[in-house]
Amino acid sequence: MKKIYMDHTAGMPVDSRVIDAMKPYFNTTYGNPSSLHSFAQEARKGLDNAREKIAELIGAEKREEIFFTSGATESNNWAIRGLAARAKDKGKHIITTSIEHMSVINVCKHMIKKGFKVSFLPVDKYGVVDLEALKQELTNDTILVSIMYANGEIGTIEPIKEISEIVHTRNACLHVDATAAIGMVKLDVQKKGIDLLTVSSNDMYGPKGIGALYIKKGTPLEPLIFGGGQERGFRSGTENLPGIAGMGKAAELMKNELEEEKNKLIRLRDKFIKVLLETIPYSFLNGHPSKRLPNNVAVRFSFIEGESMLLNLEMAGVSASSGSACTAKTLEPSHVLRAIGLKHEEAHGSLLFTLGKQNSENDVDYVLGLMPDIVKRLRAMSPLTPKELKGSVH
Amino acid sequence: MYTEKVMDHFRNPRNVGEIPDADGVGTVGNPVCGDMMTIFIKVKENRIVDIKFKTFGCGAAVATSSMITELAKEKPLDEAMKITRNDVADSLGGLPPIKMHCSNLAADALHEAIKDFEKKMRGNKK
Repeated sequence: MKKIYMDHTAGMPVDSRVIDAMKPYFNTTYGNPSSLHSFAQEARKGLDNAREKIAELIGAEKREEIFFTSGATESNNWAIRGLAARAKDKGKHIITTSIEHMSVINVCKHMIKKGFKVSFLPVDKYGVVDLEALKQELTNDTILVSIMYANGEIGTIEPIKEISEIVHTRNACLHVDATAAIGMVKLDVQKKGIDLLTVSSNDMYGPKGIGALYIKKGTPLEPLIFGGGQERGFRSGTENLPGIAGMGKAAELMKNELEEEKNKLIRLRDKFIKVLLETIPYSFLNGHPSKRLPNNVAVRFSFIEGESMLLNLEMAGVSASSGSACTAKTLEPSHVLRAIGLKHEEAHGSLLFTLGKQNSENDVDYVLGLMPDIVKRLRAMSPLTPKELKGSVH
Repeated sequence: MYTEKVMDHFRNPRNVGEIPDADGVGTVGNPVCGDMMTIFIKVKENRIVDIKFKTFGCGAAVATSSMITELAKEKPLDEAMKITRNDVADSLGGLPPIKMHCSNLAADALHEAIKDFEKKMRGNKK
């Protein structure tokens, strides 16, 4: 059976050119960049080169503003905790949103225990952050605003430029989690006015276990991890050079290929959404119709539940995701779907397809061919389905 | 995540549907929790002669519903009343721990259907 992968927000395949770029750093250029000998010099070159590529991808002024971490979760932890530790004498107020990744939300909850005040901004039904609420919450006590560039679960892209302008009317810093956006939209930290940016490697076809934090020059940040003083004392621990080289290569490829890739994905996404909503009654789009990640098809279907749809898709060789409680570790439906105002039963009926490089129009057509039958079959079984929709069970 | 037996019942659920002139109907769960099921029974001489279900929910919810209809069919009411959630899970070769609580509602739905039948019988006698 043909296997089709449409869960790129959860994990991406590593580009083969990235793997090639990583290989030398396992057993050829294996020196520790902190040493003095020639092995170390070569390693250091690789480190600088990767830093440069990531700086170029996100429009940083200098490569010294890029710090490698173990991934987006560490970057988010570091941005919030590191800044709070340095700025706590200036103020003890942090603003974030109700649709952030758990690596922001749970850090913020931890900060509340540490004596900080945290405001969680509401979003509208499309998942766009309420800018008026941001203006109202922002005070002279606010030290940090942390808002994601785009939400991977509903695809909505946030108005970061406007957010930045509002945040910088006060003396606060802006942290942006770009994990879901990095491989999908052109980022420019300077143009957008971003002080701290979380960059993930796996979300741009790089390896897992490596990420970066962009720290705009002059932004006060205490280290999270202490030790031998790597990353100019800001992030200790021997550098994960194969990972760093891979992430650097992924960034280079992304910079060159993003535009073309993006256009292809948008075409597939728009067809996917249009045909799905047309062919299946009581189906709806989650997230914003146009301010949307190019690869994101987040939908929901009334009267049925997400996991049973996923199992049916899996039986036909298609791997996707859902915001449903039953697929997660907790019983609550996704906080993001609840934040955009969906009722529990609506959230339970959600499905998430996230496309990637290797998906073709044939793949999309195949899934579009499957979905009406899957939905029909489950609706025929559901006690919630209205009479006029009931068909026979096969 | 699921046993082959669960997947079998999910792929080919037994006894899906409604019994329009059911002698007893039991509904448990609710869509807010993500799982809801209704069991319909037909009773003759204190024995379940027909049973059908309708379920909104995850794979485990569908499979447990299907399994309970097999376990209860042709059983005397007092025996059917004794079928437990664990019996259903065991017959399916086990369920993931998180599903034991939220989606393993079929035994409750069956018990509700039997109670509904008994209530109706008492009503008729009066």
